[in-house]
Amino acid sequence: MTQSTLRTGPDANGMFGSFGGRYVAETLMPLILELDREYELAKKDPEFIKELAYFQRDYVGRPSPLYYAERLTEFCGGAKIYLKREELNHTGAHKINNCIGQILLARRMGKKRIIAETGAGMHGVATATVAARFGLQCVIYMGTTDIERQEANVFRMKLLGAEVIPVVAGTGTLKDAMNEALRDWVTNVDDTFYLIGTVAGPHPYPAMVRDFQAVIGKETRDQMLAQEGRLPDSLVACIGGGSNAMGLFHPFLDDTSVDIIGVEAAGHGIETGKHAASLNGGVPGVLHGNRTFLLQDDDGQIIDAHSISAGLDYPGIGPEHAWLHDIRRVEYTSVTDDEALDAFHKCCRLEGIIPALESAHALAEVFKRAPTLPADHLMVVNLSGRGDKDMQTVMHHMKQSQQEQH
Amino acid sequence: MSRLQTRFTELKEQNRAALVTFVTAGDPDYATSLAILKGLPAAGADVIELGMPFTDPMADGPAIQLANIRALGAKQNLAKTLQMVREFREGNSDTPLVLMGYYNPIHHYGVPTFIADAVAAGVDGLIVVDMPPEHNSELCDPAQAAGIDFIRLTTPTTDDGRLPTVLAGSSGFVYYVSVAGVTGAGSATTEQVSAAIERLRRHTDLPISVGFGIRTPEQAAAIARLADGVVVGSALIDKIENAATPEQAVDGVLSLCAALAEGVRTAR
Repeated sequence: MTQSTLRTGPDANGMFGSFGGRYVAETLMPLILELDREYELAKKDPEFIKELAYFQRDYVGRPSPLYYAERLTEFCGGAKIYLKREELNHTGAHKINNCIGQILLARRMGKKRIIAETGAGMHGVATATVAARFGLQCVIYMGTTDIERQEANVFRMKLLGAEVIPVVAGTGTLKDAMNEALRDWVTNVDDTFYLIGTVAGPHPYPAMVRDFQAVIGKETRDQMLAQEGRLPDSLVACIGGGSNAMGLFHPFLDDTSVDIIGVEAAGHGIETGKHAASLNGGVPGVLHGNRTFLLQDDDGQIIDAHSISAGLDYPGIGPEHAWLHDIRRVEYTSVTDDEALDAFHKCCRLEGIIPALESAHALAEVFKRAPTLPADHLMVVNLSGRGDKDMQTVMHHMKQSQQEQH
Repeated sequence: MSRLQTRFTELKEQNRAALVTFVTAGDPDYATSLAILKGLPAAGADVIELGMPFTDPMADGPAIQLANIRALGAKQNLAKTLQMVREFREGNSDTPLVLMGYYNPIHHYGVPTFIADAVAAGVDGLIVVDMPPEHNSELCDPAQAAGIDFIRLTTPTTDDGRLPTVLAGSSGFVYYVSVAGVTGAGSATTEQVSAAIERLRRHTDLPISVGFGIRTPEQAAAIARLADGVVVGSALIDKIENAATPEQAVDGVLSLCAALAEGVRTAR
């Protein structure tokens, strides 16, 4: 093998192969270039690194455990399954890994006002949390559909002092919230920091968010080496924008022995058109500052995504995933709403862990795959968030399916 | 000389600014939109910007967002927008027409095909909001090679260090976005615009058109004393939003256009 590596991207223009870039309005270009410069300086600054490590440990609660899921393993009767317990982080998901990094950068840049978009509300809660911790003003954009299905998270954000602005445009989901956050940023260019929650958006966001989330994969590597004396054989994570997956995958990209599997949301099924699987059901295009795979119609108009999980309900995907799909380093599959719900229930009963519906997509893939693999196959699944926020959605679906049976 | 060059040169000789009007293609429907488009030159529009509808107009305020939704609801698409330009050109050969919008529909149409079809339809220029000079090779360079001007937006955040980068790939005219914000939002003061134009003139010989937040003949006249062009969009589109019938939409837009033209023509 030559010294080739898949871990050095993106290039200076923010491109991962033909994906990524900086497709934004001119008003934002100087801001994005400034952010790029500041982030490059910060990530090499020992003080910044030290401060980030401190907050990751004492505020977020890292490292998160790599837990051997014995009962899941027994049930599947194949691969040995480990859960990376990101749901145990402060605020209950991986989102805070990125938020704590970006808020430290925002403070360093002297920004006074934080804006963010949110789908399931987990990124909104994590953003509101760090904004409260550092005493910064916080505005969260959230689609009206999501506000309805994630009421508890809306209340949490308000408790933390954030202003939640409902977005009625489009279908009132994550994409529309992102449009509105961009409009806010274009308008408030001097004092505002846009804290993007996933590995999408214009460069440097996809690389920066990945770097802050890569702590997941770095820990997993060390923990697996400590517990099993070798690297895992496969990694599984769910993908909306793709930040929890990118965080787990990135430190392993050059380890050719590790199979990497990303799981998209197939909603009612890809063939129905009601899904959120950009790689499996979309084509390349440009949205929200980057070139990536998008759900779109014959005229290049963006199609609304569908998923039972608000966090995966996005018609695009991070550009680095698009590239990893293109070069076939990562295998991208999809699971339906029903498969995710089934996995959700199994995880509750077998492990006493209520997973987020997003993470249940990754678990559903594990239930398909693990039984076919030998007992010495080490599989890591990213349990990216806890499911408390999804109680209403799951209750609603259980009632519905009971009615259908009667 | 291109239509844009010819028009700005003529107007300079007449010592007046251009009225640049923006409407979204297919808003509220194809026939009404075409009637508006065909009526604009006689109502005093010197340059026409025609919006290409997109589901996610990230840099636009409520008025143009609604225009996009109406147009897409009436099944407007990029092919029909080019068809509209062809129909406009059948009756007009001298008013410059610039297509304005976002990159994805063009990306999906295919850049080479789009450029060829745009040239054939009689398009003079392009403004693609989310296509900065960093990505010039994708669309700006091939468009200019085919004779289509690529008009850049410069903004209050585009500082002296960055202006040369932005202007390097510009042709036709420079569109100065006078406020940091979405379309239709608040307006800049005359002093701010004056200072910004002075700064731009140090960097370019291209005509400078100023837009964002200009709604009345008085505002248009004030800008027309400073700039080479005055861009009005959201105020015209509000006339479509508030119209009860297609006839009212056409009358509303063209009446406001005439009033704005009067303001621009009597400014100096």
